[in-house]
Order: sequence, then C-alpha cells, then structure tokens
Amino acid sequence: MATTTTAPKLKTHVGERIRRTEDPRLITGAACYLDDITRPGMLHAAVLRSPYAAARINSISIEDALALPGVKAVYVGKDVESVGGVPCAGSMPDLRIPNHKILAGDRVYYVGHPVAAVVATDKYIAADAIERIEVDYEPTELVSDPEEALQEGAVKVHPEYPDNVAFTFSQEGGDVEEAFRQADVIVKEKILVPRLAPIPIETRGVVAEYDEGSQELTIYSSTQIPHLLRTQLALQLNMPEHHVRVIAPEVGGGFGSKCNVWAEEALAAFVAMELKQPVKWVESRRESILVVAHGRAHVDTLELAAKNDGTLLGLKLHILCDIGAHHQLLTPIIPTLAVLMLPGLYKFRSFKADLIGAFTNRAPSDLYRGAGRPEATYVIERMVDKLAAEIGMDPAEIRFKNFPASTDFPFNSATGLQYDSGDYATAFNKALDIVDYKARRAEQEAARAEGRLYGIGISTYGEICAFGPSPATPAGGWESASVNVEATGKVAVMTGISPHGQGEETSFAQLTADALGIPMDDIVVVHGDTAKVHYGIGTFGSRGISIGGSALHLALQDVVAKATKYAAHMMGVDAETVTFEGGVFSSEATDSTLTLADVALEAHLCRQLPPGTEPGLAATRFFEPSNFAFPFGAHICVTEVDKETGEVDIQRFVAVDDCGRIINPLLVEGQIHGGIAQGLGPAFQEGVIYDDEGQLLNGTLMDYSIPKARNMPWIETDRTETPSPVNPLGTKGVGEAGTIGSLPAFVNSVVDALSPLGIEHIDIPMTSQSIWNAIHERSRT
Amino acid sequence: MIPASFDYSAPETLSEALQLLGDEEAKVLAGGQSLIPMLKLRLAQPARLVDLDRIPDLNFIAEDNGTIRIGAMTTHHQVESSDLLAEKCPLLAKTAGHIGDVQVRNRGTIGGSVAHADPAADYPAALLALEAQVKLVSASGERVVALDEFLVDALTTSLEDGEILTEVHVPVEQEGVATAYRTLIQPASGFAIVGAAVRLGVSNGNVSFVRVALTGVGPNPYRASAVEEALEGGPANAEAFAAAAAHAAEGVDVLSDIHASAAYRASLAAVQTRRALEDAAGSA
Ligand SMILES: Cc1cc2nc3c(=O)[nH]c(=O)nc-3n(C[C@H](O)[C@H](O)[C@H](O)COP(=O)(O)OP(=O)(O)OC[C@H]3O[C@@H](n4cnc5c(N)ncnc54)[C@H](O)[C@@H]3O)c2cc1C
Repeated sequence: MATTTTAPKLKTHVGERIRRTEDPRLITGAACYLDDITRPGMLHAAVLRSPYAAARINSISIEDALALPGVKAVYVGKDVESVGGVPCAGSMPDLRIPNHKILAGDRVYYVGHPVAAVVATDKYIAADAIERIEVDYEPTELVSDPEEALQEGAVKVHPEYPDNVAFTFSQEGGDVEEAFRQADVIVKEKILVPRLAPIPIETRGVVAEYDEGSQELTIYSSTQIPHLLRTQLALQLNMPEHHVRVIAPEVGGGFGSKCNVWAEEALAAFVAMELKQPVKWVESRRESILVVAHGRAHVDTLELAAKNDGTLLGLKLHILCDIGAHHQLLTPIIPTLAVLMLPGLYKFRSFKADLIGAFTNRAPSDLYRGAGRPEATYVIERMVDKLAAEIGMDPAEIRFKNFPASTDFPFNSATGLQYDSGDYATAFNKALDIVDYKARRAEQEAARAEGRLYGIGISTYGEICAFGPSPATPAGGWESASVNVEATGKVAVMTGISPHGQGEETSFAQLTADALGIPMDDIVVVHGDTAKVHYGIGTFGSRGISIGGSALHLALQDVVAKATKYAAHMMGVDAETVTFEGGVFSSEATDSTLTLADVALEAHLCRQLPPGTEPGLAATRFFEPSNFAFPFGAHICVTEVDKETGEVDIQRFVAVDDCGRIINPLLVEGQIHGGIAQGLGPAFQEGVIYDDEGQLLNGTLMDYSIPKARNMPWIETDRTETPSPVNPLGTKGVGEAGTIGSLPAFVNSVVDALSPLGIEHIDIPMTSQSIWNAIHERSRT
Repeated sequence: MIPASFDYSAPETLSEALQLLGDEEAKVLAGGQSLIPMLKLRLAQPARLVDLDRIPDLNFIAEDNGTIRIGAMTTHHQVESSDLLAEKCPLLAKTAGHIGDVQVRNRGTIGGSVAHADPAADYPAALLALEAQVKLVSASGERVVALDEFLVDALTTSLEDGEILTEVHVPVEQEGVATAYRTLIQPASGFAIVGAAVRLGVSNGNVSFVRVALTGVGPNPYRASAVEEALEGGPANAEAFAAAAAHAAEGVDVLSDIHASAAYRASLAAVQTRRALEDAAGSA
C-alpha cells in the first residue's frame, strides 16, 4: 500500500491541445485500411454498371466472362433475388420506396446502376472479365432534370407510380400569410444547391468471409455505422444478428457517404456465403464519384417578408430535392433537416415550407457533411443579405437585430426546435473585431472608387447536431460506452461510435485520463467492431463527443464509484470519507492512499469483496440526450473579384465558432479547417454535372474539382464557448460546422463585391466562368 | 480503374528501345502522367510498354552554339529548377513551374508532354513562342522538325510508328527580350483553360521583337500571328498591347466544354495575352 499523503498532481487532459494518438500509425503507414486486409483464399469482385440512365435489360450473356481463366462466378440480378433490398429509413406517410435490388432486375434506372458482379482470383482478372459480359440494353425514355421530372406528362422513372413524386413534407409555424400581409418588403429568389460527390479519399470497400462451422459471417466494411449495418445485413440476408460480425477497419474518410447500407455490402456477403470463400470488393474512384450518394441536390424557391427596419417576419420555402432513382438509407430524411433549420439564428415569427422529393434517372442522393443544414444555412443567409441590400441596411446590423438575446435560451425557433444555448451576438462581434469590419468597409469604399470589386461576406450560422434524441431519429439516437479497468490498472474503453478521422480515440482517452487520473498511454479506445462493442449507433451528425462521450462520462463515473467502494473497504473506512484525485484514493482518517491499479488488482482477485459489490471493475452505460445541440458561429470572408477573368481572391477568412465546451482545441480546429474546405469547394468549384441523357460529365478528379491546398485561404479561427445543457459534458459538436458556416460567407462576399454592377445573386458553384458570365451580361446591357 | 494487361520492358539504351518499338502494338512510357490514366480508363490498351526511364542519355539539359537541347526524359521539375534555363531560357523554366502539382512535375517529362499533344498542356505555348524544334529518332534514322509542324491536332502529332522523340531544342534567349507566361487553370486538373506565352523586345519605346503563343484556346496550341503583326514595330504601351491582344483568338476554332465556354475562353485569351505582354514589358 502506497503511503504518500498528497496525491500527485497529474496534468489535466480535457481542454488541452493534445496531438492525436491516431496519427503515428496513420502517418507511418501502419494503419490497416480495408484494402490492406487479405484473408486466406480471398477472391476479388468487380461490379458491372449500367452505361445508360434508363434501359430495359433484354438479356445478359456471361459465358465469355466465365470462360476467362481465374473467373469463379458471375452473378446477375436473378441470382441474388433472395437477398433483401437496400433499406431506406424514411417514414413520411406518402413515401414511395421502389424495390431497390442489390443488382438490377430487368431495368436500370441510372448510369452506374449495378448490373452484374464478377468474382475472380485476382482483381485484374475480375476487371478483364467485366468487359466480357454482354448486356443487351434497350434504352428507354428518361428524365434527368428534377424540375422536368415534376412537370405534367414527364417520363416516369418508375413506371409503377403515377408520377415522379417520391415523397412530400410540409411544415408551418405562426401565421405566415398574415406576416406577408404586414410586410413592408418581400424578397424572392430561386437558389440552386447542386449535387456534390462526397469524395472520401478512401473509397468504399468490403471484405466478406463466412465460417461454415460457426456460421459466422464477418463483414469488414469501410463504414461509419458498423452496428446499424450489422442489423440491416442480418435482415437482408435473413440471418440472426449474432451470426453477423461487422468490422470497420481504419476508415479513410466518410463525410456521410459511409453512413449508409450499400448494395455491395450485401452482395459481398452473399458471394462469400455462396462460394464459401472470402471475397473483397474495393470501389474505384470513378465508381465512387458516379454512384456514392451525392449530397444536397436542391432547387429552392424562397420568399422572405420583413419590415423596413429589418425585422424578419415570415419565410416561405419550396424545396425540390432531386433524390435520384432510388432511396438510400436516409435519402428522404436529409432534406427535412433543411426545413427544420431554415430559420437559422433568427427570430422569425412565422414560416411555411413545402418539400418534394423527385425521382430522376440519376444516382441516389443522400447525406453529405452537414446534411440538410448547409442547404438551409446557405439559402437563409443569402436571403437575409438580399433583404439587407433591398432596404439599404448593413448586413451585420440586420443580423444583430434579429438574433435572440443570450437570455432568451432555451429558444424556440419558428420550426418548433428548442435551441439549447447560445450567445450569437458575442461570437459575431468577435468575428467582426478580428476582421476589423469598419476598416474593411472603408477599404471597400476606396476600392469601389477605383472601380475594383471588393466584397465582404457574412454568414452567421446555426446548426443542429449531436443526433439526437431517439424519438427524433430513425434508428436510435443514444450511444453506449463500456469502461473496463484491467487487473493491471490499464483501461479499455469500448464505444459505440465509429470514428473515421475525427480523432475520438484521442478525445475519449482525454476524458478517461482525467476521470481516472491515469496517463493517456494507459488507455485504449476500442471501436468499430461489433464483436468487441456490443452495440452502438455510429459516427455521423456531429454526435461523437456529445452522445458517445457522455455515455463514456457516465460509465467512468460508475467505475470511480465502484473503485471508491473497493478502496474504502481495503482501507477499512467509509466510502464517503475517501477522496479520489489524480488516480489516487486517500483517506484522511487512516492517512493512507491507494492507486487505481491497487484497487483494480483487488477487484479482480476479490480476496476481500466489499459487501454488496460484484467482482471486476467495469461499467457499461447508455446515454440518451434530452435534445439536440445547436452550435453556431460567424464566418466572414473578404474577397476581391478580377473583373476581366472572374477569378476570386480570398483575402481574409475569419471563422468564430461555438461548439460548446471543448475537449481538445486542436481537434476542433482540425474539424473547422477541413469543414471550411468542404464548404468553400462547393462555393467556388465543386458540383456534379449531369447532361440530359443522365450522363455524369465530370466523373473523374481531373474534371470534378475538390478544393486543393492552393485554393484555400488562410483561415483565422477563434471561438466562444457556450456549454450545452443537454448533456453532462456541455459539448455540442463540430464535425460539420465549418462546412455549414463557410459557404454563405464566400457567396455573400462575392455578391457584395459584384453588387455595384447590379448583380444580386449567382448560383453556386461560383466558378470564374459563372462570375464572368454575370459581369459580362451586365456590361452588355 | 485497372488497365488491360500489357507487357513491360525497361531498356537501358535508345537502340534497344527502338528495337522494342518495332512491335506495332508497343507504346512508349515516359513519366506516365498522361499515359497511365489512359491505361486505367482503358482508353489505351497497348500490348507492350517500353519505359524510357532507365535510359540515361535521354535526361539532360545542354547548351550547344546558341541552342539549348533538352533530353525527352527531363522532368518538369528539372526544367523548372535548371540554372541553365533560368539564365538562358527563362520562359521555359517559368512555364514548367505552372504544370500540375509537385507530384506531376516530379514524374512528367517534357518529351511526354510534347508527344502527348494535349491541347491544354502548358509547354506548347512557351515552345511555340520559342520556335522550338523536336528531334525524332527511329531505327532507320533521325529528323528534326519544327514544333508547329509536329503538333497536328488535339492528341495528334506527326510522330511516326517506331519513332521516339529524343530532344527538344530551344534557342538561347536573345539579349533584351523579356518573357512572361499567364494562365487561368481548370481547377480540377490544373491544365490551362487559357495559357499565353510572350517574348517581347522593346527598343526606344517600340516593339522590336515579339512572339506570342497560346494554349488551351483551340484544338491545337498556336502562334498568335495576328497579335504579333499588330505589335511589330509599333509602340510598346498599354493601349497597343490591349489592341493587339484583342486578336488573340482570331481565326481560332475556340473550344467549349464544361469548364469554359467558347466566349469565356476567347475573352480570357485576350486578357491573358494582354497581361502577359504587360508582365514582359514590366520586367524588361
Ligand atoms: C494530375 C495531373 C495534372 C496535370 N496538370 C498538367 C498541367 O497543368 N499542365 C500540363 O501541361 N500538363 C499537366 N499534366 C500532364 C503532365 O504534364 C504529363 O506529364 C504530360 O502530359 C505527359 O508526360 P509524361 O512524361 O508523363 O508522358 P506519358 O504519360 O508517359 O506519355 C504520354 C504520351 O506520350 C508518349 N510519349 C512519351 N514520351 C515519348 C517520347 N519520348 N517519344 C515518343 N512518344 C512519347 C507516350 O507513348 C504517351 O502516348 C497533368 C497530369 C496529371 C496527372
């Protein structure tokens, strides 16, 4: 028994800029990604995809492919009919869910639709064999554009339905008609939010392996949701869930694209069970851009009613969401988030939103970083700027005027959400100070006098995250955590979230280190394996720290309580008199101390089990939040536009974000930086382009432009910290904030720069071409 | 994204390479920055690749009697960072620095770029302005041709079967001639939507020498003779540059694609040509 009287002051971890414990293995190449996995006797699959956006399949001839040495099997739609379709979690009353088979039946509905799968001894043979499959397609009429899809007499994507309406959703709050009657001013705009390809650097991939003896199917998948995937696969394959194990190895980015249940996952599972040999499928970059559910895809029509003094009264919105030919897991749910967050940070009195999901002969759309909130933030921030311009008010002033005060929280938004906590003006003032707003406006005046196009763009954004209370989510919004203090005093944390770049191995170890007073090196954070973590929901919707971290917090409290009982028993005192600090239990009465390791050993040896206590030093807890969390912030972007070329030079980019309490500022800044890149990309260059034939025109990274280092401005970050009351950590979430907040700041800045020319709006992406077009049209008229 | 199968050889001498190229189905591999993507998309399916990377004689930069000879396998990075070129043919070194990104410049070669004849490649603008020549060697002999004769059309050159491009020849820059290269890039690939290369000599306020060439604008990079004619002998000032640059896309069948319309490209051609002229005049 140790005899020191004062506990050693271990440095605290929470709140510190601690480098990611994940990084050494990632940087040295020691990490194991999906494609690094090999299993004995493993085969390789490749998928043949439709070159047509709509066609009947008259016949498929596979003989030539089968004849190629090394080809083990070829599967077409009818071979896999026993496998259940790709699931969709939507639940609107009028939701139409066409049968989404894992391989096409007698029709294909979009370019990239999976038609056949080849399984061969290596991936090269599989790729060659794909070319030898002959499909007799009979192209049929199609509709590629979502607005055309809803027109009278449009070609029907699914002939079994009377039209192309996949679902509708409406919401109303306050008396919107009255608001429009009272309005001094009404501004309108139609805003396109184009489809985005998620482009995780690691594409999707699956390895499936079946053990006949144990009847256990092991699926390695580059996924964000191993447990939900296990449940769905069990249903699709009609197997008990306990015979399915899903492992998410190192996942090289997801951005929502891997928060899904994909046809290829069930397909690989089916093949492995059929052939009784492991099989691997890894998606190519072209497949990834072509078929991995695109995000956004809105055509929005807005009307905003206000007073001449800038008071916002009401908002009407019509969203047309291009959902593609089939639903993926969350396709119908994502645009409803845009409806919910439409009021942004403002005290709207009334609102009315109608949403229509339209089938088109395009790849499915679904969640992508931000999922619904970037769409909402973009359009509301554009409209508020438009209103400010219309009534000649400063865009900063109009925002201040319509914020709820910090004392108004919890604040009920026009759409019925309860914003948990906030202090919008403070964060905004901070951003204005950093950019020196007055000086920038003066600079703008001087620039304009010289005929230069200089713009200042503001985005004060709010978002909804930490998904979320279970009743408001399709698959449970809780999270689990287990903490096991091993006999040697080292600690294993098992979490149901499934990080794939966010750094929660680090932040969870920080929480654990502080709660147990042990070094981070003594902690392992285990995730992404359904055989090791009994259940969880996964990582998406900026929920990791708030939901998973809170479950961990509760489990850690339980462990400390139990350990305290042991320690008290060992020291022969009452548990109430024992203090625990810095990993050491002390009793003043007996002047004795014990370390966590001392107690852990005793808890395993159980030589003197305290009465009413069970052996072991472990705890499992579940956390169910009472509400979502609502981060917010202010992004300000200063630009100068080159009149002759349409190029935009970003001179300043200031981001003040409030994501609640911060566990690790370094991780927060990393998320903000990456998030801003993924917000700015679509602002100036990203977006999938389809032609009238439903062909994707920019399907490689030589044509589809994700932001590169050379495109990024220097980002000046700062923060405010307003704790959330809806979870014990006070955290909110930061995975998507940067993506949500940044885009409107850029767009508003460029529109501000161009406003002397009479330009009021340009749709994104605001490429140099589209800016030049707008300038050019003005200068001609 | 897996190429069809092919054989691979990596000869160490030019004559071995030429011999291997006797096989009609064979194709030369240089830096692979254009060819490998084409193989992966199965747009090219050669039976054999003859890799020139192990032939030391193809990688050099040397000066000979007022001409600089650059071996075909010289990488973009080597061109960009060559002291000899920086001093004696700065336009080429400058242009190389515009190509793609660091990885591409470390692998891609000048011979490969010229032989590939991408209509949006950067080098051709500079090389046309420099009135460069290329040396082509086959098993039966060799010839030296002017670049504007070598470049036939988009992705098409006058390279014959069995021929290897071994050298690019550029002149040592003349005394008193200043150069500039201006581009606007396609953001995904980094290729030029428009690239304008200028060589400009000014004496007594008048243009005494001018060469202007553009890439990215039409199906083939070209010398903008109308711009040159408008400037030759006239005043070297902003108005003259602007007036002359307005001819930059004259007579050209301007490209239109998802990245830039014909109208935008034509306008950029004039703008970037004028700016390149101003840059050159400013640095003279
Ligand atoms: C991401 C990316 C960005 C790029 N951006 C740019 C850019 O901004 N600007 C730009 O100009 N280019 C760009 N490129 C292209 C790059 O410059 C290539 O290096 C160049 O086009 C081809 O050179 P290579 O040595 O790689 O040739 P390879 O790809 O090996 O060969 C290209 C073709 O030329 C033939 N060939 C090669 N060498 C010879 C020879 N000596 N004799 C006869 N035939 C030969 C080959 O058979 C093949 O048909 C980019 C490429 C990539 C991948």
